[in-house]
Amino acid sequence: MNAEGTTDMTTTTTAHHDEEIAPELAELNLPDKPDGPGAAMMISAGIGIFVLGFLTVLAEASTDAKTWLQKWEWGVGVGPLAGKTTIAALSYFVSLIVLWVLWREKNVNVKKAFYIGLALGVLGAIGTYPTFFQKFTP
Amino acid sequence: MELTSRETWAVIHGLVLGTLYLLAFGGALAGLWSLRPGLITAAGIHERMKRLYLGFGVMAATAWATVITGTWIVYPWYREKLAGADFAKCAGLDLPSKACSPRDFILSNVSGDTEKWHEYGMEWKEHVAWAAPILATSAFLLVLYYGPRLISRKWLRMAVIVLLVAGFAAAVVGGAFGAFINKVAPIS
Repeated sequence: MNAEGTTDMTTTTTAHHDEEIAPELAELNLPDKPDGPGAAMMISAGIGIFVLGFLTVLAEASTDAKTWLQKWEWGVGVGPLAGKTTIAALSYFVSLIVLWVLWREKNVNVKKAFYIGLALGVLGAIGTYPTFFQKFTP
Repeated sequence: MELTSRETWAVIHGLVLGTLYLLAFGGALAGLWSLRPGLITAAGIHERMKRLYLGFGVMAATAWATVITGTWIVYPWYREKLAGADFAKCAGLDLPSKACSPRDFILSNVSGDTEKWHEYGMEWKEHVAWAAPILATSAFLLVLYYGPRLISRKWLRMAVIVLLVAGFAAAVVGGAFGAFINKVAPIS
């Protein structure tokens, strides 16, 4: 069981007591908000960066993948970078929207979401590092 | 001094948008760092939050504009393959030309041992820089969503700072290598 008294990643109850920590907030009459959307913002960032790193490695390892990723450049001359970055950005926005909608009224464990996003982001960043991804060159 | 169209875009991508991003980052970090209990009145919170929303919003927008202009406008000029497989058209040149693109010039090693600027510098920069707008957007949305509640939630505030600084680090890699590579083989 975690600090919020829940055993799962999500729960429908909210238990924030902001005014007890910062009394100046009482004057603002802020309604309580669930943490679901906040968790969605953290995990989706990790997903976007992970996809970027994964596609960078994939394009290096597979000529077919590189050719397919290059088709996303629409004749502009960007090369496979077009596919890698466009798909990574789309993955970020799509996962953000999907998770936000799924968790919009849920109180998600935001610390767990942060660490999941962080792990995905670190893996993705490693995938974009030349010394790493160039090891996959056939 | 007259700038060509390509030079103008390189300046917009690296200098104009980069400077705006840097300014917005400084303001956003300072504003978020001092967003702590007992330091601001309720009236002050309203004023502070408006600046934070603006700073984070400008940072996210400029980060997207920087990577999009860099990837879709400037980068194709950099990577044109004009000089042939053996870079013969780069021979004897001091700078890239119409027959030898910046990438050709760097890989040809005609002005010294320069190929690492492409194989390491450009290869890292062109990829990792895209983490900056993703992280800046999530940081902006977190500030927008939680608003003044960040004052009482120290852990969440620190998590946003981690996203902010990680995005900035990615932008620094992109900006620094971009500046050095443009010095070695300018786009003109």
